[in-house]
Amino acid sequence: MRNIWTIARRDFRAYFTSPIAYIVIAGFLAIMGWMFFWNLSHFNLQNLQYQQFRMGKGASITEGIIRPLFGNMNVIFLFLVPFITMRLFAEERKQHTIELLMTSPVTLTEIILGKFLSSLLLVGTMLVLTLVYPITLFLTGNPDLGPIVTSYLGTIFLTGCYLSLGILFSSMTENQIVAGALTFAAGLFFWLISWASQSAGAVWGDVLSYLSLIGHYNNFGQGIINSTDVVFYLSFIGIGLFLTHRVLDSFRWR
Amino acid sequence: MIQVSHLTKMYGPRTAVQDLSFEVKSGEIVGFLGPNGAGKSTTMKVLTGLMPATSGTANVAGFDVFEKPLEVKRNVGYLPENPPVYSEMQVEDYLDFAARLHQIPSAATKAAVAGAIEKTGLGDVRKRLIGNLSKGYRQRVGLAQALLHNPKVLILDEPTVGLDPKQIIEIRQLIKSLGGEHTVILSSHILPEVTATCERIIVINRGKIVAEDTIERLTTRLKKGLIYSMTVRNPQPAAIDSLRRIPGIKAITAEGARVGIEIAPGAEEIRDRVVETAVKAGLGVLEFSAERVSLEDVFLQLTTIENETTTTGA
Repeated sequence: MRNIWTIARRDFRAYFTSPIAYIVIAGFLAIMGWMFFWNLSHFNLQNLQYQQFRMGKGASITEGIIRPLFGNMNVIFLFLVPFITMRLFAEERKQHTIELLMTSPVTLTEIILGKFLSSLLLVGTMLVLTLVYPITLFLTGNPDLGPIVTSYLGTIFLTGCYLSLGILFSSMTENQIVAGALTFAAGLFFWLISWASQSAGAVWGDVLSYLSLIGHYNNFGQGIINSTDVVFYLSFIGIGLFLTHRVLDSFRWR
Repeated sequence: MIQVSHLTKMYGPRTAVQDLSFEVKSGEIVGFLGPNGAGKSTTMKVLTGLMPATSGTANVAGFDVFEKPLEVKRNVGYLPENPPVYSEMQVEDYLDFAARLHQIPSAATKAAVAGAIEKTGLGDVRKRLIGNLSKGYRQRVGLAQALLHNPKVLILDEPTVGLDPKQIIEIRQLIKSLGGEHTVILSSHILPEVTATCERIIVINRGKIVAEDTIERLTTRLKKGLIYSMTVRNPQPAAIDSLRRIPGIKAITAEGARVGIEIAPGAEEIRDRVVETAVKAGLGVLEFSAERVSLEDVFLQLTTIENETTTTGA
């Protein structure tokens, strides 16, 4: 455990000694801030119209602000995660520092978990910074706490899957650009896979929609924690990291 | 401290190291000598547990490299060909990280880092970013990393590459001082390096050991013949031919005014006859001197002999 932390700590700091963390976080917050502002003003306008024309109750804060906000956040993470993970192993291999890790008394599993933890911590930092939006909502209105908590949880799981994919691709190449591009492509693939499920047959449709990363997020967005979704996300992350282990181990044999 | 037996490593169909067996005693400094691509780095990578061998066994500090890799890694300090340093880190932070990786207790980390900085002369650059350091300093940071956890065995792959002459001398002295307490294996394709630091050398070529001995014995054993050089005033071919007839002469080469003379081993006593004959033949001897057989020649001899036998064998 101490070894995992040693590696995670170094990698987390490395994000902040290079411009990566600042650019990713700044970009993320700029887009999120714009989205939040836009969602909020649109929601207010709609509510005002509902009241004016006595059309009954408008959408709740959860439906009108929280869900679209987190939906957008998940898309943004799809774009940003490749930048977060691409360096993790590719750079170590290019700089030959992987040899330091591999000749230290730490296991490959500890190295991989350390890397995963460092990227998860960066995502966590980004998520903590977005707490300002729900806090604003609580100060000015009365949103439901539940869906906000589960949305964060779902986002962590979903982003964890992207990170796991990103680490896998980063372990396959010395070239960060290649790693990043493959991560983005694969993330998009698992995102859009559910589209095909509608036209596929009954069995394949189920399989494809089960494999869809975004499909498993829907429950979280509505404030529901379903064990199926949790198990899916955890297995997805686990398989990604396991394959990374196989890839890195195979390099030793060549 | 290190036992290697019948070690073979293949990269796909290419054999990098073939049936290598050797032993290194505790406290010894051994030099791995060989041309580029001879299999030095590969052997070292197997010894550090970085790479598994295709067949054969390697035992380091009492642990089998394949069975107990973590134990081996705990007892080995390794400086790879390219120093494994993070360019975006400060020297001190990097060494602190390496100390943590080697599970040095946190209370002892500071002392270990300070000790390694002291030994490798990194005091002036401890707060600098490694990426901004010269190749020589980066090499030293790599060396400091290898020394940090005070390992029983040090494996140094070309430790003085990229250093300036003054630094080379310093590092050699450092390595020499490590002997006795640590067991050191270092590789090099530069001979003076090995002569200056090692007690014993293992010459490897094309993945095989071609010689293994102390430096003195290796040079004497491999002196195939004695080579002398003579400068003459009138290099007439007929006169040079008369030298060839002297019994005990292995070869005569004439190149302008310079005549190279190779005398068979044990026939040194014919030297005066050579000069006598040369004078009588009217060559006009200006200079007669011995050409010392250096380790460089020995090395070239060893590695070229090996090449010839492998090409004729194939």
